[in-house]
Amino acid sequence: MNLRLLKKALLRLGFCGAIGVLLLYAVFPFYYAVLTSLKPSSALFQVSYWLDKPDFSNYAAVLQQASFLQAIGNSVFVAVCVVALALFLSLTAAYALGRVKFRGRATVLLLVLGVSMFPQVAVLSGLFEVIRALGLYNSAWALILSYTIFTLPFTVWVLTTFIGQLPGELEEAAIMDGASPWVALTRVLLPLLWPALVTTGLLAFIAAWNEFLFALTFTLTDQERTVPVAIALISGGSQHELPWGLLMAASVIVTVPLVLLVLVFQRRIVSGLTTGALKG
Amino acid sequence: MTSSISQAQPFYDEPLAIKETPVQRRRVRAAWLFLTPMLLCLLLVAGWPLLRTFWFSLTDTSLSDAGAGAFVGLSNYLARDGDVWSGVLVDPLWWQAVRNTLHFTVVSVGLEICIGLAVALLLNVQFAGRALVRAMILIPWAIPTIVSAKIWAWMLNDQFGIINHLMLGLGLIDAPLAWTADASLSMWAVIMVDVWKTVPFVALLMLAALQMLPGDCYEAARVDGVHPLKVFWRVTLPLLMPALLVAAIFRILDSLRVFDVIYVLTSNSSSTMSMSIYARQQLVEFQDVGYGSAASTLLFLIVAVIAVLYLYLGRRQMEVR
Repeated sequence: MNLRLLKKALLRLGFCGAIGVLLLYAVFPFYYAVLTSLKPSSALFQVSYWLDKPDFSNYAAVLQQASFLQAIGNSVFVAVCVVALALFLSLTAAYALGRVKFRGRATVLLLVLGVSMFPQVAVLSGLFEVIRALGLYNSAWALILSYTIFTLPFTVWVLTTFIGQLPGELEEAAIMDGASPWVALTRVLLPLLWPALVTTGLLAFIAAWNEFLFALTFTLTDQERTVPVAIALISGGSQHELPWGLLMAASVIVTVPLVLLVLVFQRRIVSGLTTGALKG
Repeated sequence: MTSSISQAQPFYDEPLAIKETPVQRRRVRAAWLFLTPMLLCLLLVAGWPLLRTFWFSLTDTSLSDAGAGAFVGLSNYLARDGDVWSGVLVDPLWWQAVRNTLHFTVVSVGLEICIGLAVALLLNVQFAGRALVRAMILIPWAIPTIVSAKIWAWMLNDQFGIINHLMLGLGLIDAPLAWTADASLSMWAVIMVDVWKTVPFVALLMLAALQMLPGDCYEAARVDGVHPLKVFWRVTLPLLMPALLVAAIFRILDSLRVFDVIYVLTSNSSSTMSMSIYARQQLVEFQDVGYGSAASTLLFLIVAVIAVLYLYLGRRQMEVR
């Protein structure tokens, strides 16, 4: 009897230990970035695991840089516009794909899935030409347009799944009453779709906020750069003297909103991620 | 025609008749109208640029003067001038990039699946604070790749990094390691960062799949006193296989196009250069759109072959069932 109790206690201890290791692994790097960002530059090169007195000089220095503030503004603008554009385009498309049976539906879904799979670099030169032809080079609109390539496929996919799961009777009643598909979508289905829109919108926002390759290639000047590019280009006197304190402060500033979003909406985000992948 | 037949007739014809009603026809027309903006947008940012990239790969276009490229056939891929071969296909650096990308993909996806599965099994257990732990492990996923690469670059710093400090303290190493500069270590550094960032995605996918598994199998196994490990191998793993394959294919396709993390962590070093890094370097830094497009096209073909193979096999598997 005692042996069994001991075994149970050991198992429990092992389990708690495993959860502890997992949490440490997941959270420590970000914690360490916060820690570094709160150190004065004199203490930067002494490794420590705890901080006695936070020093905000790195944050003050980063927030005084006009180009960094500009980059935050650009990132917010780009991400919000991408979310609006992607949701509008994919909502109508998802209605057609999730609610109407027609010839070619499977082909369209396969095409959308195909686009989500192909490498961004494969369209880089062609897209560069399109953007220059439209006169959008080095502007936020270049990014807003090009980001639909990776946001649209999964917003369409996830919203199609969500719309497909809604009961059909509501909409049928509206159509019997003579409502057009547009009215059926916006008046009848849309109110039920808010949770799904929040989920897909969040995922699109995070994807747009984090994108790097297009932002690096399609923008040229500090005025148009987004946050990831601005951070990648922060440099010191030489490659080996990066201003780490400053860099970590900038990293924390651009990550905290995302971490908060994730903590608040984790249930929705998880359901969005898994519908996109598992039902497809 | 008797009245009884005419009354019975619609019953049999109903499925067909409904397909042809004006309402239904109007709906199909509306469906295409609703799809058009999305399809046009994808055509503009994906279809057309992809075709142009193919075309550029057959020309000697340069970035500074995009309109002036001349058709050069396949010489960006492979050309022969006397005894000298040239083109992407004989560039040792390209093959190095292919090897690096494959190395990166196999190792990091393998690790992600194993660790992700372990994490999912751990989180599938009911315990107080599970929702909080689940939210916490999403943090690496939400951090922008650029930022996580920078954070790890700092932690892996050869002189002041906490990883070297920790390993020295534990007596694992005698001298600090140059994680990102040493050619034999830098790929491991890249893999470490990528695994850290993507394990949450794999783990949550697995967790969702675990929670959809039917409970009666487990109940039966428990009643029969089957060893938990055996239950895992014989019941859980086979049932989880479809979700595992989906996660693997998502991660494989993602890893083959890896760019950000390598660009920030080791920039253009040849020991970690991926196919995307190679193609972009040719395109943008060397301004050689023709040559860079040839490399991009090859990358596209590799990804496309894998994707088509997967879809084909997936469909076959579904038909077998």
